Amino acid sequence: MIDALVVNALLTMMVFIVLVMVGQRNLFAVVILGGIYSFLMATALVALDAVDVAMTEASVGAGISTVLLLGALYLTRGDEAKPMRHSTIPLIVSVAVGAALVYGSLGLPAFSDPNAPIQTHVAPRYLKETLSATGVPNAVTSVLASYRGYDTLGETTVVFTAGAGVIALLRRRRRIREDEER
Amino acid sequence: MSFASHYSYWATIVLMIAGLYVVIARGNLVKKLIGLGIFQTSVYLLYVAPGKLIGGTAPIIAEGYRTYSNPLPHVLILTAIVVGVATLALGLALVVRIREAYDTIEEDEILRLDDEDGS
Repeated sequence: MIDALVVNALLTMMVFIVLVMVGQRNLFAVVILGGIYSFLMATALVALDAVDVAMTEASVGAGISTVLLLGALYLTRGDEAKPMRHSTIPLIVSVAVGAALVYGSLGLPAFSDPNAPIQTHVAPRYLKETLSATGVPNAVTSVLASYRGYDTLGETTVVFTAGAGVIALLRRRRRIREDEER
Repeated sequence: MSFASHYSYWATIVLMIAGLYVVIARGNLVKKLIGLGIFQTSVYLLYVAPGKLIGGTAPIIAEGYRTYSNPLPHVLILTAIVVGVATLALGLALVVRIREAYDTIEEDEILRLDDEDGS
């Protein structure tokens, strides 16, 4: 029971932080709040037993993303977002989507129900066979690197493509600046 | 069904629509990308939270433990985090380029400049 309480408390803190982020116009403050949000997310993931995901979220979500956003803020010198006018339609759309999702969530099994389909379908097989089939005690590692190794290879292709795209976009920028100096 | 048993889903949905609202309503491109990030991270919770078992432990097989949380959502979300930071990096590089070309990162100003060019 204490597990659920910890998770719910962390989620409440995250909701609070995100609502402040939505209203905040100073972009530097938004980025730092985003870092806090990511660390809270990592803590919530530890409480949800997803330790591998929590480590990745703490290093990638709170670390690399924050650095990238601060770098972009420096390059764009965009300190303050402009106040915006007429925002009723986006609000209506968001609330409608939220209402549909809440309606859908009513059909989901309760939090941490051991008889939910997610727990009884294929997961027990992976947990039972991971040691004998792959020799790796960590089931997440064995699925990621062994059972679904090709998916992970595809993932590295995505990261490579994104990296190549970033370099292509920013190199052009440096070349323009060098031309100007000449 | 009770309030406590579904609270985690509903908090996740609030995070999700907050991200969606920022993406649609805010004109600043950096803020839009941050909203997209909030939307993305809320999906992590939507996947991982149902896999949790009270009294369970992280899915690392060891002596003396019988209940493990479901490892499969964790694997999916590990991939999603890495792909998420890749899209964020690409999006921010595009924002930097847009700022070079238009000297602003506000959506309505960019659209106005485009209209002036066209007419």
